[in-house]
Amino acid sequence: MSLFDHKLSDIQEMLHKKEISVHDLLDEAYKRIEEVDGEVQAFLTLDEENARARATELDELRGTEEGRGLLFGMPIGIKDNIVTKGVRTTAASQILDNLNDPLYDAHVVQKLNKEEAVSVGKLNMDEFAMGSSNENSSYAATRNPWNTDYVPGGSSGGSAAAVAAGEVPFSLGSDTGGSIRQPAAYCGVVGIKPTYGRVSRFGLIAFASSLDQIGPITRNVEDNAYVLEAIAGYDKMDSTSANVEVPKYTDALTGNVKGLKIAVPKEYLGEGVSEEVKAAVQQSLKVYEDMGATWEEVTLPHSKYALSTYYLLSSSEASANLARFDGVRYGRRSEKAESMIDMFKLSRSEGFGEEVKRRIMLGTFALSSGYYDAYYKKAQKARTLIKQDFEKVFADYDVIIGPTTPTPAFKVGEKTEDPLTMYANDILTIPVNLAGVPGISIPCGFSSQGLPIGLQIIGKHFDESTVYRTAHAYEQATDHHTHKPSLGGANE
Amino acid sequence: MSRISKEQVKHVANLARLHVTEDEADMFAKQLDDIISFAEQLNELDTDNVAPTTHVLDLKNVMRKDEPKHWITQEEALKNAPETQDGQIRVPSILE
Amino acid sequence: MNFETVIGIEVHVELKTASKIFSPSPNEFGSEPNSNVNPIDLGYPGVLPVLNEEVVNFAMKAAMALNCEIATHTKFDRKNYFYPDNPKAYQISQFDQPIGENGYIDIEVDGKTKRIGITRLHMEEDAGKLTHSKDGYSLVDYNRQGTPLVEIVSEPDIASPKEAYAYLEKLKNIIQYTGVSDCKMEEGSLRADANISIRPIGQKEFGTKTELKNLNSFSFVQKGLEFEEKRQEKVLLSGGEILQETRRYDEQTKETILMRVKEGSDDYRYFPEPDLVQLYIDEAWKERVRNEIPELPDARKARYVNELGLPEYDAKVLTNNKALSDFFEETIQTGAGAKQASNWLMGEVSAYMNKQQKELEELALTPQNLAKVIQLIENGTISSKIAKKVFTETVENGTEPEQFVKDKGLGQISDEGQLRDIISGILDNNQQSIEDFKNGKDKALGFLVGQVMKATKGQANPPMVNKIIMEEMNKR
Repeated sequence: MSLFDHKLSDIQEMLHKKEISVHDLLDEAYKRIEEVDGEVQAFLTLDEENARARATELDELRGTEEGRGLLFGMPIGIKDNIVTKGVRTTAASQILDNLNDPLYDAHVVQKLNKEEAVSVGKLNMDEFAMGSSNENSSYAATRNPWNTDYVPGGSSGGSAAAVAAGEVPFSLGSDTGGSIRQPAAYCGVVGIKPTYGRVSRFGLIAFASSLDQIGPITRNVEDNAYVLEAIAGYDKMDSTSANVEVPKYTDALTGNVKGLKIAVPKEYLGEGVSEEVKAAVQQSLKVYEDMGATWEEVTLPHSKYALSTYYLLSSSEASANLARFDGVRYGRRSEKAESMIDMFKLSRSEGFGEEVKRRIMLGTFALSSGYYDAYYKKAQKARTLIKQDFEKVFADYDVIIGPTTPTPAFKVGEKTEDPLTMYANDILTIPVNLAGVPGISIPCGFSSQGLPIGLQIIGKHFDESTVYRTAHAYEQATDHHTHKPSLGGANE
Repeated sequence: MSRISKEQVKHVANLARLHVTEDEADMFAKQLDDIISFAEQLNELDTDNVAPTTHVLDLKNVMRKDEPKHWITQEEALKNAPETQDGQIRVPSILE
Repeated sequence: MNFETVIGIEVHVELKTASKIFSPSPNEFGSEPNSNVNPIDLGYPGVLPVLNEEVVNFAMKAAMALNCEIATHTKFDRKNYFYPDNPKAYQISQFDQPIGENGYIDIEVDGKTKRIGITRLHMEEDAGKLTHSKDGYSLVDYNRQGTPLVEIVSEPDIASPKEAYAYLEKLKNIIQYTGVSDCKMEEGSLRADANISIRPIGQKEFGTKTELKNLNSFSFVQKGLEFEEKRQEKVLLSGGEILQETRRYDEQTKETILMRVKEGSDDYRYFPEPDLVQLYIDEAWKERVRNEIPELPDARKARYVNELGLPEYDAKVLTNNKALSDFFEETIQTGAGAKQASNWLMGEVSAYMNKQQKELEELALTPQNLAKVIQLIENGTISSKIAKKVFTETVENGTEPEQFVKDKGLGQISDEGQLRDIISGILDNNQQSIEDFKNGKDKALGFLVGQVMKATKGQANPPMVNKIIMEEMNKR
C-alpha cells in the first residue's frame, strides 16, 4: 500500500503526530516516479532539490501552529503551463525549451506555497494545452497508466496520469475545453474545472483567455475539495477573477443528496456515445435515485454547435495569445534568422508543433479582415445561445449529469491523422467552458477493456459546493475510485 | 468547393508570422477547409438579435490604483533574452 | 486648375500617471534601459493586464476638454501586429468603442476663428523603443512599453498647413491645461502624424492621401505639409497619380521622403481583449471628472479681458502658454497689478527667456519676486531704471528684491531736505543753466535733472527732483 492511498486528512494527521515526515512523502513520490515514469512519461521537469529543502523546513513545523496550511507537506505536481519562478516552464513546447526561469510564480503556485504544499515537478501536456491525447507534447507522449498502449487524454494528460499512477497524490491541470475532465475520465481520477473566474489565471500560460481555468486532479472528491479551496479566490492581478467568497468546500460533503434535482441532457447520451459509457451513466443515475435524488431528461438544444463555436473562439484567442512567442525577449530564436521577419517566422515555425500552428492559422483566419463577422463574431453569438441553454436548465435543476467523454481512452496514434475526429472527443466537455460553469469528472465504472469511464457533474456558476456534494455522495456509494492500475506491479 | 485556397493559407501564415513550406500550405489548406466547412453549420443559427459573449461573467470596472511598484531588476529583465547589448535586447534589423 | 487641401491629424499624447496603464511599473522618462519593466511589460508567458484607474480619469479629462461625448459603455481591444518593440505582438487599444467621440476645438488663423472636429479619442498602451544601429542590428528598450497614451484623431477639417500648426498648438495648450500630460515633443510625450490630400475645388470625393510620420516639431509638421501640398499639386498637374504612401520630413533637405507605399489596408485583426472586462462610466463618474477640469485657455482668456481688464492681445499671449499664464495668475495673486504683471511678463521676462533660450520654469524667477519688483516701483521705493537692475538680479539668482534693494542701498532718495541740499549745491555750480532756463531754454532743466541723478547714482525720486529744482530756481 502506498502512502498516497490515504486521503489528505489522514496524511495530515499522520504528519502532525510525527508518524511520517514530509520527506517520507517525497520519498514515496520520487521512488514511484523512478519506477514508472519511464513508461508513463508524466513529468517533464523534476525539482527534487527545492522540494527536499522545503520538506526539511516543513518537517520542523509538524504539529505546530505554523504548520497548519491546508495542504501541509503534500507533494503536488504542476502542469507545465503554470509558471514557476526559478523552475523551467515550457508548456511542452520547443519554443520555450530554454525558459529555465520565467521570473515569477503563478498566483496558484503562491497559494500552494502559502498552504504549505511541496511541488515535486512539472507535468507533461499537449503543447500549449492544445490537444486531447498528450500526443501533441513536443517532448514525449504521456501514456495511460491503466494500459500504456492508450492515451491518458489531454491536454492535462501528465497531471491525470501522474495521479493515477500514484506518483503524486494530486496535481494541478488546466481546462479550456475539457483538458482536466477528459484526462481525469480516461485515467480514472477526479478532476474539476471550476467556474470561470474562480481561480486566478495569473501565471497560467494563456491558450484561450475567456475559457481557461486551472483546477485540481486528485484520487478522491474530498481531496479535490481541499485543493480547490487552497487555490481558489479573488486575485487583483487577474481582472477576470471574481470577487466571490470561497466557501469551505469540504463542509458540503454531507453524503446527502436527498431531493437533489438532476438534469440529464438527451444530447449527452446521443449519437457517438458508446453503449458502455451510456450504460455506466444509466447505472450512476440509479445510484442517485437510490439515494433519494430525482432525475429528468432535459435538452441543451445548441450542444451540437459547441464544437464549432469552441474551435473558432479558442483558436482566435490563441492566435493572439501565442503571438508573443517571437524569439525576442525569451524562448527560442532561430539561429538562421538574419532579418527581423525571419527571426519571427523561423523561430515560430521551428518552435511550434503542427497542431499549434494549425490553430494559430485557424484563429488568424477567423479574425482576419472580411471573415471576422462570419466566423469570430458568429461564434461569439452562438456562445450566447449555448450559455442560455444552461441558464434555462439551471432555473429548474441543481446539477446536470452526463458522461465526461463519448468513449473511454483510445489507442496512441489512433486519431492523430484527422484533426476533426480528435476534436470530437471534447464534445461533452466544451459546452461547460463556453458557459463558464463548473464541471467535475469522477470515475463511474470500467469498460470491457478495463479502461475507466468518467461521469461528469455540472453545476451553476460558483456552485462548486453542490457539484462536490453530488460527486462525493456517489463516491461514498460506490467503489470505482478505489481501483488502481496495476502499472509497474509494485503499487499493490 | 474549397473555401480556403493555398494562397489564403500563405497570406494567413504571413499574418501569423509562420513560415510554411509548399507541402505544409497544401496540408493546411485542406485541413482548415475541413474545419471551416464544419464550422459553417453555425450559419443555421439565427443570431440577428443575439448579443455576442466576450465574457461569461458580467464583470465591470475592474481597476487598480495608480501606485508605481518596482518588481524585477534590469538583469532579470534581460535574463532570458537570446541576445543583449548595453542593457538592451538585440534583434536583427528590419532590413531583409 | 485650382486645388484645395484636406488635412487630418492624429496625435498621440502620453499621460503622466505614476504607473503604467496595465502594469504597476513606474511611468518615468529617461531611466536606464529596461529598468522600469516587469514581466507584464515584457509580455512574459502567463501575465495579465489590470487597468490603471487614473488612466481612465486622465483620458476622460482630455476628452472632455476637447468637447468630446464620453462613452457610457467602453472596452479594450487587441490590435495584432509583430514588431520587436511590441512585446505581446498585440497592442491593447480601443477599436469600436473609444472613450471619447465627436469633439472639437476652435482655432484662430489670420484673425479668423475656425472649428476643427475631433473624431475620436481613445486609450492605448505605448510600445517600447527600438534603436537601429549601423551593424545590421537593432536594440530594444521596453521602459516606454505600457506608458498610457491617448490617441486623438481629427476630422479632415484642416484646410492648410497653417491651420494644422494652429490646431496642434491649440490641442497641446488645452491638454497642458488639463494637467494630464506635459506634451513635450522632444521627449516624445506628444507625437503627431498628418494625412494630406488635395482635390480640385468643387470636387466632392477626397483625393488619395499621403501620411507624414516621424515629425519632430509643429513647425516641421507645417513645413512638411507645405512641401507635400506642392508636391501633390505638381504630380497631379503633370498628369500623374498620388499613391497611398507613408512619407517623412527631412529637416536638412526640407523635403518629404518616401518611407513605404501602402498596399491595401493593414489587417490588425482587432478583437475584444478577453483579459480585461468592460468599463461602465456612469454619470456620477463623469461628473466627478468634469469637476476636476481646471479653467481652460479660452475661458481664461475671456476672464482676463472681462474681469482683469487686460487688452485682448495680452490675454491671448498669456493664455497661449499655460506656464506663462499660471505664472501671471500667481503674480497678481501676490499683489501685483494685472496690467503691470502682463507688461513685465510679455516684456522683460519674455525677452530674457528668448535671449537665454530658456523656458519659464527654468528661470530662478518666482511670481512672488516679480510681484515684489512691481510693488517696489508702484510704492516709489525704486525707479523703473533701478527696477531693471533688481529684475536682472532676481531672474538670475532668485534674490529677494526688497532685501536686495536694502542691501545695495538702491532705494530712491525721497527725503526732501536731503534732495534740496544736493540740488542747491548743483544750482550754485550751474548759474549758466539757470539763466538759460529763465530765457526759455527747456533743455537746461533736463541737464540739471541729469546732474542730480548723476550725483545720486540714479536713486533720486524723479518727480521730487523736478519739483524742487523748479522751486529753488524760482527763488533765485
